[in-house]
This record gives sequence, C-alpha cells and structure tokens, in this order.
Amino acid sequence: MSQFYLTAVQLSICLGPMALGIFITMKIFNIPDITTDGSYTLGAVVTAVLLTNHWTALAVLPVCMLAGAAAGICTGLIHTKLRIDALLAGILVMTGLYSVNLIILGRSNTPLINMATLFNDFSIFKTDLYNQLFVALIIIIILIFLLRYLLLTDFGIAMRATGNNPVMTKSMGINNDIIKIIGLAIANALTALSGFLVAQYQNFTDINMGIGIVITGLGSVLIADALRIWMNVTNVGLQILLVLAGSLLFQLVLAFTLAMGIDPNFLKLVTALFVLLIVALPRVSQKLRGSISNNSKI
Amino acid sequence: MISLRRISKFFNKGKVTEVVALNDISLQINKGEFVVIVGANGSGKTTLLNIIEGSQMPTAGTIEINGQDVTPFPEYKRSRWVARVFQNPNNGTAPDLTILDNFRLASLRTQRKNLIIGVNEVFKKKVQEKISDLGMGLENKTDQLMGNLSGGQRQALTLLMSVMDDTDILLLDEPTAALDPKSALVVMNLADKLNKNLGITTVLITHNLKDAVAYGNRLIQLQEGKIARDLNTEDKTAVLIQEIYQWFE
Repeated sequence: MSQFYLTAVQLSICLGPMALGIFITMKIFNIPDITTDGSYTLGAVVTAVLLTNHWTALAVLPVCMLAGAAAGICTGLIHTKLRIDALLAGILVMTGLYSVNLIILGRSNTPLINMATLFNDFSIFKTDLYNQLFVALIIIIILIFLLRYLLLTDFGIAMRATGNNPVMTKSMGINNDIIKIIGLAIANALTALSGFLVAQYQNFTDINMGIGIVITGLGSVLIADALRIWMNVTNVGLQILLVLAGSLLFQLVLAFTLAMGIDPNFLKLVTALFVLLIVALPRVSQKLRGSISNNSKI
Repeated sequence: MISLRRISKFFNKGKVTEVVALNDISLQINKGEFVVIVGANGSGKTTLLNIIEGSQMPTAGTIEINGQDVTPFPEYKRSRWVARVFQNPNNGTAPDLTILDNFRLASLRTQRKNLIIGVNEVFKKKVQEKISDLGMGLENKTDQLMGNLSGGQRQALTLLMSVMDDTDILLLDEPTAALDPKSALVVMNLADKLNKNLGITTVLITHNLKDAVAYGNRLIQLQEGKIARDLNTEDKTAVLIQEIYQWFE
C-alpha cells in the first residue's frame, strides 16, 4: 500500500513542473492558458522519438523544453499580436499540436521499455521506485531554485507586476506583450518538462496522454492558492513550494480514490469534481458566513 | 520640453457617436514648467495627458519630447522621459508586490530589467531614506504588500516612485481626487517640491481650483477640446478662484 502512495508522490513530482507552469500563466500573468494539454504531450512525444533514436535523456531534456517553449510562443503571439483572447489562443495551439504530435510520433503510442531513460540511468538505491524518486527530486529541487531566482530578479519583478497591474507596467517601460510571450514560453517549457518526466516514468508515450492534464495542474495551483491565502504567504519561494504541495495533495487524493476501489474509468470525472470542490468550497463557505453574519445582524 | 503640434483626437470618427476630444491643439511646455490644466468634464484634459504619455494616439498632429518626434512611440517607449501619477491610486502600483519590489521596478523605468536580483540591503536603505522624507512612517514597512496601504499612502509612494529613475516629464492626472485632505496636501506639496528641486516639467490636471491657484506657474483652461485660456506666471498669480469659477459658467 505504501508503494502505491509512493508512486502517487513520484507522479506528483513529475507533474510538478507543469503545475508551476500553470502557476506562472494563471497566477503570475492572469492568463488562462490551456496550451498545456498539447505542450505536455509534445514533451512526451519528443522524448519518445529522441530516446528511440538513442539520444541520452539529458540531451533530450533541453530539446523537449525548447519544443514546449515554442508552443508557448505560438500562443503568446496569437494572443498579443492578433489580439485574440488567451483562452482561444491556447485552444487553437492545443488543437494544432495534436496533429503536430501525431506527425512527430508517427503513430498513436510508443513504448519506452528497455531504453536508457533518466530514471534507470541512476541506480543509487536497490529499489527502482526510490531511484526514480531520487532523480525526480533532484530535478524538482533544481527547478525550485531556478524559478525562485528568476522571480526575484528584476525581470521576475517585471513578470509579476505585468500580471498584477498591466497599466502600471506600461508606464514603467515594460512591453507587456513581449513579457507575456516570454512567460508563456517558460510556462510551456515547464509543462513539456513534465511530459518528458512522465513519459520516462510510465515507460510509454501516448498521443492522448495530455487530454485533461490542464485540470490536474489547475487543481494543484488552486489548492496552493487556498493554502497561500489561509497561511498568508507572500514569499515567492514559499509560493512555489505550495504549488508543489498542491500537486502532491492532488495526486494523493486521486490515489486514495483509486485505493477506495473506484473504477479507474471514473478517474477523470473524480479529478474534475475534486477541482470543482476546491473552487466552490471557499465561495460556498464565504456565502454561508455572509448569511450567518446577516442573520446575526437581524 | 513638450511640443504638441496641431493635435486632434476623435473617438468613433465618421459615426453618429463621433466625439471630438481634442480639436487642433498646439501647445509648447518648456523644461521645468509646472502647468496646471483645468476644464469641465469632457473638455479633453485626460485625453491630452494620454496623448503625451502615449497610451492614446492622436488622430492628427505630432508630439515632440526634447526635440524628438515621439508621435508613433507607444507608452512603454515614452516612459524613457515620461512618468505618470494616475487619478486612481490603484493604477500606479502593483498591489500584490511589496513596496520594495514596486520601487525596484520604478528605479529601472528607463533601463533593461535584467536577470539579477536588485532588491538587496543597499537598495532597501536607499528606498527607506526616500520614504522617510514623506513622514508617513512607511520606511519600516518596505516589505509589506503595496495593496495593504491606504490610497493616500499609495499615491504618495507612486509620486516618489516616479523620480526613482531619470524623469523629464511628470504627468499628474487628478492625483488627489480620491484622497483625504491631509494626504492630498502631502501629495501636492511633494509634487511641488519635485518640480522645484529637480526641475522636472510637470503637468497637473485638477478639478480643485484652490490647487490650480496654489501650485504651478502656468494655468491652461481646456474647453470642448480647445485651449480657451493660457495664463503665464504673472497672470496666474493675479487670478482669483472666483474668476476661474466664472470660466466654467
């Protein structure tokens, strides 16, 4: 049973970069970007194709992230230069990426069994799962430090301010369009990194593996946001950690649901309902509190 | 120096709902001048400021800053010369960022925002020194979120932020409209001090006729998109509030 929950922890770490990507678009830039579904699969597809062509996993990593960044740039250009709503821009790129992914992969799925992946390159522990956890943790720790550094730099402050008050940033000499495009590129590069990790973790890439994945990332960010408000967190580093904690909580809830014996076919439905619960709960409790205080006034 | 040449601005041009916000205005504002602009609602005051700032483009005419034609430049490019304090205190700052982060951004208004961490102890000390001059007791709260401050505090800080980097022109768009009298006085005195001490060309829009008389060395009245009156220092000193009231009748 503990092994079962450990796999959920491992998956949450692999999906952590995607959650951080959604944190950047949704919480920092205030952009609802659903390119995620496509760029996640793109990362996995590029990984599968390059690994089967005997590239080393470490060489595949930057290519994956660049591919994800390119997808983000497409969404950013459509949104900022053609003045198309970010949501629609994301849908358009995501839809287009389905065909792009299919063309790159050449078929609907590719197994990666018996290939030199990032997770079986290192064998520090006897158990495979521990080795996988160790590698994933190293990557996520590096990512935490890099992202924290980025957001604290002058450029990072400009990024955070753009989503917070675009009127002000224009008068501060910031080209909002350019900074949004860069933000979307970073976010989708992180999402592709998750695709890269998950493809190697589950030893296969499937053309449909990204469908609905944005909800998982969204759920993680919403949990993090609820925790941030509850704990009154303003520190950038802690906010990043909360997003990863959100990803962990999300996967543990799903694992718990499966452990309860629920049909895996219902997993997406459970995921959607869980996210709905996270979004609705604070609003319902606020409404209830409002009605209680109104009654007490009467 | 700002030179506006034959500036016109039409909204919904050619439609039944066409509005002429500015009608063939020419205006020169010299370096270091403090120009106060008054006028009824809809006279074109804010449009004029928007056109100087670059957030709105003129339908016709050209604008020069320090002899350079900046007509096609968007707002973020004109920020090299122009700083603005908005009517709404919420517009001038990022509420979810700390006071220090807001000041850091302001200190880089004319520069590149690089991948270096600029918010350090040295910078914090510099900001604290600037803020302490306000006498609002905010110097020890620089790590607080800007959104936690009152409108008056935010407006005063916005004004200070505008001179964190080189500024030639300061645009004040009814900066005290949303403030209590005490905060309004702090903001106006600070604006006056910045103009006098640093020689920053200042343009103030106000509906407060007391401020229109008390501050600045030139008074302009806009009426239906045109300059109705343009008073130099001498005439402005002689003008009474009652007379200005009569302009609006």
